[in-house]
Parts: sequence; structure tokens; C-alpha cells
Amino acid sequence: MRNNLIVSASPHLHKNESVSKIMWMVVISLIPAGIAGVFIFGVSALWVIALGVISAVATEVILQALTKRKISILDGSAVITGILLAYNLPPHVPFWIPVIGSIFSIAIGKQIFGGLGQNIFNPALVGRVFLMASWPKYMTTFTQPLNYDAITSATPLAAIREGKILEHISYLDLFLGKRGGCIGEVCILALLLGALFLFSRGYISWHIPVTYIATVAAFTFIFSPQGFFKGDWLFHVLSGGLILGAFFMATDYVTSPLTYKGQVIFGFGCGIITAVIRLWGGYPEGVSYAILMMNAAAPIIDRFTRSQVYGRK
Amino acid sequence: MNAAEFLTIFISAVFIYNVILSRFLGLCSFIAISKETKPALAMSLAVMFVIVMSSMITWLIYRFLLIPFNLAYLRTISFILVIATFVQLVEMAIRKISPPMYRFFGIYLPLITVNCAVLGVAVLNADMFFVNNKAVPGSFYYSVFQGICVGLGYTLAMLLMSGIRERLELCNIPKAVKEFPLAFVIASIMSLSFMGFNGFKF
Amino acid sequence: MRKLFQEFLKGIIKENPTFILVLGLCPTLAVSVSLTNGIGMGIAATFVLLGSNMIIAMIKNIVPDRIRIPCFIVVIATFVTTVEMAMKAYSPALDRALGIYVPLIVVNCMVLGRAEAYARKNSVLNSLFDGLGMGAGFTLALMLISGIREILGSGKIFGLSIAKGFEPVFVLGMPSGALLVIGLLLGFFNILKNRKSKI
Repeated sequence: MRNNLIVSASPHLHKNESVSKIMWMVVISLIPAGIAGVFIFGVSALWVIALGVISAVATEVILQALTKRKISILDGSAVITGILLAYNLPPHVPFWIPVIGSIFSIAIGKQIFGGLGQNIFNPALVGRVFLMASWPKYMTTFTQPLNYDAITSATPLAAIREGKILEHISYLDLFLGKRGGCIGEVCILALLLGALFLFSRGYISWHIPVTYIATVAAFTFIFSPQGFFKGDWLFHVLSGGLILGAFFMATDYVTSPLTYKGQVIFGFGCGIITAVIRLWGGYPEGVSYAILMMNAAAPIIDRFTRSQVYGRK
Repeated sequence: MNAAEFLTIFISAVFIYNVILSRFLGLCSFIAISKETKPALAMSLAVMFVIVMSSMITWLIYRFLLIPFNLAYLRTISFILVIATFVQLVEMAIRKISPPMYRFFGIYLPLITVNCAVLGVAVLNADMFFVNNKAVPGSFYYSVFQGICVGLGYTLAMLLMSGIRERLELCNIPKAVKEFPLAFVIASIMSLSFMGFNGFKF
Repeated sequence: MRKLFQEFLKGIIKENPTFILVLGLCPTLAVSVSLTNGIGMGIAATFVLLGSNMIIAMIKNIVPDRIRIPCFIVVIATFVTTVEMAMKAYSPALDRALGIYVPLIVVNCMVLGRAEAYARKNSVLNSLFDGLGMGAGFTLALMLISGIREILGSGKIFGLSIAKGFEPVFVLGMPSGALLVIGLLLGFFNILKNRKSKI
């Protein structure tokens, strides 16, 4: 189905309905991960998600009214931003964190560029790195899974950063989400279910996620603290926000390249940066930064991978 | 002189302490010229060339002229004179070799003289690679390499920004933030994302 | 006398070097982390601007047109070196805080820009007031930006804590925050400008 799409640069003429249909389908595909997150971390997670979504939608309504533009919250894009931002937050953050984060995401990540389709950066990630830089203490306090008493614990990536060997976490634990982490990133199973749904309808293509994940796997396999070609690549693929990022954020149409060749480059770049930050950078996780950096590069990638106009030399 | 030091200089100068996004040097030209990719690239190459050459010359002057004669306090004046002279020479050379390129650069060629990045790197080298007015071992190579990396960082920021701004030309931006304000917000987000490389340790 | 006062005033609002002319942003963003630094840089730059404007207005008829830029730069650099040495002697803490941005006043677009656009075409007295006005405008802009960044970004003002239980927005103390603040302020002033022109 994808091959029937004509690939070219904006501006496009398109029906509003089909764009918003895709958005709402993405919202549906994200629901399993949210349910899993609430199940694993408790009611607090539900509050974070709700506040994130409400703030995002409210901000968009207010800004669009103030700038006398058409109010477009029914297209679902603000809802997606709110959900994705909330999924990138630890489950027990103070209530004002998702609120301020969503406001920033929508105002600075999206509306200041003129709204949907014109933003350069993924709005949810813009909000997330803003929160990370402003209130690092709250953004890095994680809690134990399946223990609704909010006992702090480190995420697997943070733990290996400090050299602790994880003996009590198995790959199955990582896959099902029995670990500390952000609300929407921990349950790989739920995320993959959602991604499968999007693939089956043709809403996302394999190029970016597969390239991204494969690059991270290869890089962490080759370069590891234990020596060359001895890396625990499966651990890296299942940890942190890689699956959430690769399938749901790097694939955002607006902020990623148009051509398949460009998308492969994009996925590759995201992978390299994520792996480098995880292995040698100061932060335990690099997915958000990697995707944002590649978002910035997407226009340049598009420029150099332009499809040839038929008949032109 | 070791490889790790060079790698650190590279990562610092290009990503963590990017000359434009983190140190704010060369902002004027960054905001003014980053609207289109071709001029942005040409300007970046010119700036990189000037930075590298003036890093070399200012280092030599600092090491063999100013310090031995206890004139270190004259470094600001002498550095900027070196840079101004060098840019003048480059201008004359380009005018002779390629008049179309000279016309292409226009007023922005002499403006490289006051590009904070050029003087900034010279002063940075003097601060970083001289301790108590004595040159650190390998100081010259570090200085020149830092010049190259700063130029690369400048080029990277320019390239990314020009791609983004070209794309935004087709969009309808709110009137109040057109041009400068939005450019700064974009730079702010780019700076935020480059923070991912903080704390890099090889 | 009236006219001189006009020259002074225009630098503060109508032709504010930071927000309207968009000059000299490199040091503005770098030093505006705290009010003390902002004011310190503002005063240093004003001193240089005053000195260079006056001298250049004095020598404008003797300097050959072709080499005027290098000549201006030498004049400016002399004043900057003076300020550098004075700062190192009388307030080393401020000197350390401002770092490489003190020598960088030499290439501050605002100083050279005023020399080129004003001082070489006007009388010494006018140039003096222009320099004062621009410097004041620059300092006020710095105070606005550093005020926002210090109060919201670290919960302090002039180094003293204000409200308890206020979670400061750390990012404002970082380069990214600086760029954001100036972007939003420029947008804000644009809105004011547009509204004014509609009236």
C-alpha cells in the first residue's frame, strides 16, 4: 500500500479526515502500553497520563484561539503528544511536571512553528528534554515495578552505568515490564502489540524502527565494556526507551525524512547516537536526544536524498 | 600529547561546547546567513579556514613574542590585529583568484573579522593550552586541532539550521516569531538536544 | 540640549541594540546567567562604547577611508584592554565570571556597529550621548534577560534566595535556556511593535 504513495515535499493538499484518522489509530495503538504502565506502577501513572493529555489539549485550544487559528484538537495530534510525553515520564512525578511538560511541548514544540505539519522536532520529546534539563531530580527518580508503595529503584540502564551487575532481572522481565522506568517504555510486549497494529494498517513502515534497533544492537554488541564483540545487545534493545522511541516517536511523519533512503539514514543516525550516549555519555539513556538531533538533520537529509523528477537530468 | 585528549577536544568542540549553540560565538553570522544552505556552507568553510590559520598565527605570536617579552596583556589587541590583517589578505586573494566568489560573499567576508568565534578560539587556546604563561606539551597541535574542530562545529550548526530554515520557508509561521525569534527557539532546542553528549568519557 | 537627550533616549527603546537592532548577542546570552554578571558586562561595554565613540568621532576626519575598520578596531581594542586590566585589578571575581567575554567586547557588533554607523558621521558630543544611550539600553536589556534567568532559573536574585519551595527551572541557566529566553523576548517585543504600528 505504501508504494502507491507519492513522495514529495510539503506543502501538500490533503483531506483533514484521513490525517486525523491516522492520528487516532496511533492513539489506539498506544493504549496497551498505557494499560500495562498503570498496571505495573499504579494509579499515579494514570494521573500522569491524564494530566499530560488534558494539559496538551488545553494548551492547544488556548493558543489556537489566541492566534485566531482554526481549533484542531479533534485531529488527535495534541492527544498523541500528551500521551507520548506522559509515557516518557517516571510514574511518581509531581503533578505539575506533566502539566508544564505538555504546555511546553505544545507551545514551543509545535504551535510556535505554526502548528501540525510544520514542527521540526517531535513535540513530546521537546517537552521531555526540557523537563529533564530543568528538574533532573524528579525526572530521574524511578520506582519499583508492581509495588504500588513507590519505593525508589534504579532503572536497568542506570544500574549497569554504576557497574552493578543485574542478576535478578531476566530478559523476560525486561520484555514484560517488570523493571523500573518510565510509564510507557517498560512493557515491550504491549508496545509491540501496538506497533504490529500500525504495521498491519500500513501506517508506519519498517525502515526507521528496524534500522534504528538493528544499529543499536550491532553497536552495543561490537563495543562493550567487556571487550569487542561481546556486548549484551539484547539487553540494550529491551531496556530504556528504545522500543517506545523507535516505533512511536522516530516514525512521526512530520519530523522524519520523506524518502525510504532518507529514513534508513535517519534510523542509522538515531541508532549510533543512542548507542554512543548509552556507552560513553553522561546520561544512562540517549533515545530522546538522539531522535531530536536527527529531527534537526531530517531537512538536510531530505535535501540530499531528493527523488529525481522524471525527465530531469 | 595523547589520543584521548584529541578525542575529548573533538567531542567538546563539536558537540558539548558547540561554538554557536553553547558558547554563543558567531551568533550574528549564524542568525544572518543560515537561511539558505549554499551560502551557509560557503560561509562555514571560509570561517573555518580563517579560524585555523589565525589559531596558528596567534599561537606563534603568543608563544614567541608576547610571553617572552612580558606583553601577555597585549594579547587582545595583537590577536585582533592579526585576524583583521589575515581577513584582509584573504579578501584580496579571493578577489584576485575568483571574482564571482568575491561578489558572492559580499559584505560578509570582511565581517568574519568581527566573528566572535575567530577571536574566541584564539583566546580560548591561550587560556586552555598555556599554564602560568608556559605552553603545555603539544600545545600547538591541540590549538590547531581545536581550531579545526570549532570550525567543524560551526559548520554542523550552520548546516542543520539552514536545512531547517529552508524547510520553514514553505510554512506559515505566526507573524510575531518569523525570522529571528523562531531562529533562536530552534537554536535553543538544538542546544537542548546536544546536551545529550554531556559528561562524555571515553 | 533637547536633541542630545533624544540621542540618549533612542538607545534605550526605539533603537535598543539588543532587542531592536539585534546586535552584540554573543556576550548577552553568555553572561546573562546572573544579574551581577549582566550588570557588570553592561557597565564594561558601556565604558568601551563611550570611549570608542568619542575618540572615533574625534579622529574621523584624519582616518583614511580605506583602512578605517582596522583603525576603529585598534581604538576599541585599546579601551577593552584598559577595562580588562582594571577588572582584573579591582574585581577579579567578576573577571573570572565573565571569562573570555571581556576581551570579546572588541568584536561586539554593537561597539563596532555604532562606530561605523554613527560616530564617524557625527560630532563628538552627539557620539558621547549616543554611546551613553546605547550602553544604557544594552545594560537594561542585559538586566531584563539575566533577571529572568536568575530568578526563574535558580530561585535567587543577586545571589540571594527568594521563595522557599519554588522549584527553579534549571534549564534557564544553561545555553539552551538563554536562547529560549531571547527568542521569546524578541517575539514578545515584535508583538508590541506590531500592535503599535497598527494604532
